[in-house]
Amino acid sequence: MNPANYLVLAAILFSIGAFGVLIRRNAIVIFMCIELMLNAANLTLVTFSRMNGSLEGQVIAFFVMVVAAAEVVVGLAIIVAIFRTRKSASVDDANLLKY
Amino acid sequence: MSAGLHAVALQAADAAVTHTRTGEAVTFYILAPIAVGAALGMIFAKNAVHAALLLVVDFFCLAAFYAVQDAPFLAAVQVIVYAGAIMILFLFVLMLVGVDSSDSLLETIRGQRLASGVLELGFLGLLIGVLLDAIDKTRAVGLTQANSGGNVQGIAKTLFTSYVFPFEITSALLIVAAVGAMVLGHRELREPRPTQAELMRARLHGPHPEAFTGPGVYASDDAVDRPALLPSGMPAAGSVYEEYGGGSLPPGAVPPEGDGR
Repeated sequence: MNPANYLVLAAILFSIGAFGVLIRRNAIVIFMCIELMLNAANLTLVTFSRMNGSLEGQVIAFFVMVVAAAEVVVGLAIIVAIFRTRKSASVDDANLLKY
Repeated sequence: MSAGLHAVALQAADAAVTHTRTGEAVTFYILAPIAVGAALGMIFAKNAVHAALLLVVDFFCLAAFYAVQDAPFLAAVQVIVYAGAIMILFLFVLMLVGVDSSDSLLETIRGQRLASGVLELGFLGLLIGVLLDAIDKTRAVGLTQANSGGNVQGIAKTLFTSYVFPFEITSALLIVAAVGAMVLGHRELREPRPTQAELMRARLHGPHPEAFTGPGVYASDDAVDRPALLPSGMPAAGSVYEEYGGGSLPPGAVPPEGDGR
């Protein structure tokens, strides 16, 4: 097996995540899909790190994890704040700025 | 054409490097379909909790991929940070927001799902086309040399020499995220909290100053769905929660007989 197969798998996972972002309307599930996309990118970074024989890719993947953790904290806080005022976690209901 | 020949020559020369160990191939071919299936299940799951659990499966699959790819540190971090911390956060918010707020999978914009499906398939085809073209020309160097002093030590060396400035910025990012979550989660009281004296005054001026009769008082039975009996023998309105059928009892109706205890 060629290590580049990991890249194909990461591409598939990334596409599935992007597809989920497009078709789901529950903000939390959309968030999970974004996490999946970040993870796919991480898999790509780790695979490239191995192919290039350098640990820098793993360091970048580590940074991605840190940023993802911070992003989840703030994003979920925003979702909870929106849910408190609008009683809904659906992205279709937050349309006050529409038009 | 010559590039292809070159690739074939490279592959022949570095067969040992380009091709991974059999154990890793087995791991990959077992876990990759599981990862893809879990991801597909996640985006089509109606219940958000099921989606979260399928995402955990994906996180563990990726941790295994990191482990077999000579990245044991990232595998551990993946399990601890993603499968541990982030998923707990997701589930907490799911429970806070309400598990039953499962969204309908009906599309609001006509043809949106089909359009996004076509878009994603095209994107995937683009990525895989590029990758398949590149796969033959790549040869993996492998991390044996980079990991010779230990994977964690190697990452630490890179992190604290070339990437020390981004690392410091990361700490600022984490603090901003923590403060931001606190600010967003804080609920401002629109009016001052009523004092005990105000609550008592409101109750005495209200229509029902005395305590409500509890269910089962003086009734033939003391279950929660038995209304209290007034001195006249009538069931007291409001002594049984509507969920237990208290609202359905017409005033003056005889409460159902107990089992004669």
